[in-house]
Amino acid sequence: MMPNTQTNPSAIPARPNAIEIKKVDIYYGSYRAVHDVNIDIHDRKISAFIGPSGCGKSTVLRAINRMNDLVIGARLEGEIIFQGRNLYGADIDPVEVRRRIGMVFQKPNPFPKSIYDNVAYGPRLLGIKDKATLDEIVESSLKRAALWDEVKNDLKKSGMALSGGQQQRLCIARTIAVEPEVILMDEPCSALDPISTQRIEELMLELVDQYTIVIVTHNMQQAQRVSDYTAFFSIRRTEDEATGKDTRWGELVEFEQTDQLFSRPAKKETADYISGRFG
Amino acid sequence: MSNLVDVGVYRSDVIRRNTRARWMQNIYFSTLIIAIIVLLLLLFSIINQTFGYVAISQEIKAEQLSDRPLAELQPTELATILLEQTPRLLLVMVRDNLSAVPVDQFTSTPLRDGINGTVPDDLADLTPRDLSGDTGPAAYARLLGDNLSSAQLVALIEVNVLKVEIEQSWTLVESLTQREEIEASVAATEDQEDLVFYSWLNNRLLTQRNSQRVEEAGIGPALAGTFYLLIMTVAISLPLGVGAAIYLEEYAQESFLNRLLETNIRNLAGVPSIIYGMLGLTVFVNTLSFITQGRSILSGALTLSLLILPIIITNSREALRAVPSTIREASYGLGATKWQTVSRQILPAALPGVLTGLILGVSRAIGETAPLIVIGATNSISTFPDSPFSRFSVLPFTIYNWSSQPDAAFKNASSAAIIVLLVLLLIINSAAIFFRNRAISKRV
Repeated sequence: MMPNTQTNPSAIPARPNAIEIKKVDIYYGSYRAVHDVNIDIHDRKISAFIGPSGCGKSTVLRAINRMNDLVIGARLEGEIIFQGRNLYGADIDPVEVRRRIGMVFQKPNPFPKSIYDNVAYGPRLLGIKDKATLDEIVESSLKRAALWDEVKNDLKKSGMALSGGQQQRLCIARTIAVEPEVILMDEPCSALDPISTQRIEELMLELVDQYTIVIVTHNMQQAQRVSDYTAFFSIRRTEDEATGKDTRWGELVEFEQTDQLFSRPAKKETADYISGRFG
Repeated sequence: MSNLVDVGVYRSDVIRRNTRARWMQNIYFSTLIIAIIVLLLLLFSIINQTFGYVAISQEIKAEQLSDRPLAELQPTELATILLEQTPRLLLVMVRDNLSAVPVDQFTSTPLRDGINGTVPDDLADLTPRDLSGDTGPAAYARLLGDNLSSAQLVALIEVNVLKVEIEQSWTLVESLTQREEIEASVAATEDQEDLVFYSWLNNRLLTQRNSQRVEEAGIGPALAGTFYLLIMTVAISLPLGVGAAIYLEEYAQESFLNRLLETNIRNLAGVPSIIYGMLGLTVFVNTLSFITQGRSILSGALTLSLLILPIIITNSREALRAVPSTIREASYGLGATKWQTVSRQILPAALPGVLTGLILGVSRAIGETAPLIVIGATNSISTFPDSPFSRFSVLPFTIYNWSSQPDAAFKNASSAAIIVLLVLLLIINSAAIFFRNRAISKRV
């Protein structure tokens, strides 16, 4: 399952934090938004989802930690296997799934609370009340998110008062604080300036030695810079001849090592997209 | 540089559109001015009625009773004056002011049980019937002196001994502009009336119970009734309303039943309040009387809660809906359960909006009269409410009742009561606004 393409993971004991997306169809009501997606997301690698708007890449990402459950009428067919179990099995609690597969959103969304309370929110949900333990988690999480040096003197300041890039790193720190095994990032840099974007990208490269990271991005350079694997999604459409009704859905075109996908794409559609001929 | 003012065909159109915009602005501005003028007129007419000259007649002057002002005397001394001047009225005074039992049982109940207050040991076992002889007045004077405040006793002396009567009253404007004419007309009266500048908003009004005589009438029990009623209404409707809003916004699935529920709640806000009164009478006063004890404050509070629930639910739902979905997602994304997300993120963020709904609801409840009359608020309650099951009176009903009395002076008292009601409303809303602002500032 783990093609050893890049860094040697010998220093860290192997953890089976890979995710297998198997024959996944995602529906909103009766509308099938995504059809037949199969991806093996590798343990402690960065996988990028790219594709035009509406191709279902965010939908697939949100399916991984069951955030789609919050959308009324959303439904998934197929399996997503994590640590040997189907995340959509009857015995799985989505609350625990989301704790172990964290998420960073497109727009930085710190809570309207202090920096400290933002990071401590997750641990407190899990019932940690001890002040010293919380202090320790807050400090280590902020350090891991490369934000500690900038905020260590005013942890009481509102999280909303930080700059956009700092807010996004605060959100990453907040996600790390509940010790997830996977971090999903839904276009984490689309609202940030290039310098903040660069810091987040550096951060991803640091975090990947401990976490499996999946990132959705519109920025193909970003996918090339940070990811080990890339999945390219595209839109399929059919027109019902009788009614003239246009139906669209998203499909996975190909999933490959990033180098290979960008240099020698297997499908012509991929080549067209990455060379800017469509999309 | 091209001339923006002179771009041919567009010019006249721009002028026309700007003129129209200015017109609309002027119209909105004038409606605001009209609203403010009407409000000021209302306040002016209330204040105009509340202060002003009154002509007072009295049979005996206070100086004839004591060489010191009455207000400086001890309760026992005042009770002695009452004993000397009006021995035959003392039984009625005790019954009206101190009785703990219904009027028809008072004469046959031992004083220990019949009196609301301290009773000397030697009188404890006697009934008013036992005291019907010459010993009675002295015993009643002791009870009055022991249990009433100086102010209450002075009020009794003014009414029963001095026989103070307000013969005529003038408004504030009349008092200020026609002073000489008023003085001349009072000086011309036969029975030596005194002209006094009088505030109808005074201590007696706030503390005394209602009476047929305007010199005695107060809003004490009505004020207390309104206050307790509102506290209980908030205590009942806030948790229910917020709970219902949370259910509808966060938990309810799209279904026929829930849509029916939503439509009904929205329509209930427009139902006339007297209908709620009829509902309250049937359900709370009659059917549930084993809980509410019939025509009690509790029944009134439950009815008013029904009345303001639609307002609180609708506003709370708006507030919950306005919480950004990014906050929800962030919380769920960290592994929060639904209730953790609601209680730790959504509810605190929605609190200011919830409190706005509460302010609107309470403002409506405080002025309601119709449903409470149906429920059984009366104007003749002489005791202060002491439990949720007490009978009660409310300020708006007293105001309504006084303003329809034939005695013109009651209109002045009624205006003073209106001021009290407005101040009460102001205090309650200020408290809610204080909490709302604190909730907003807590958001960091």
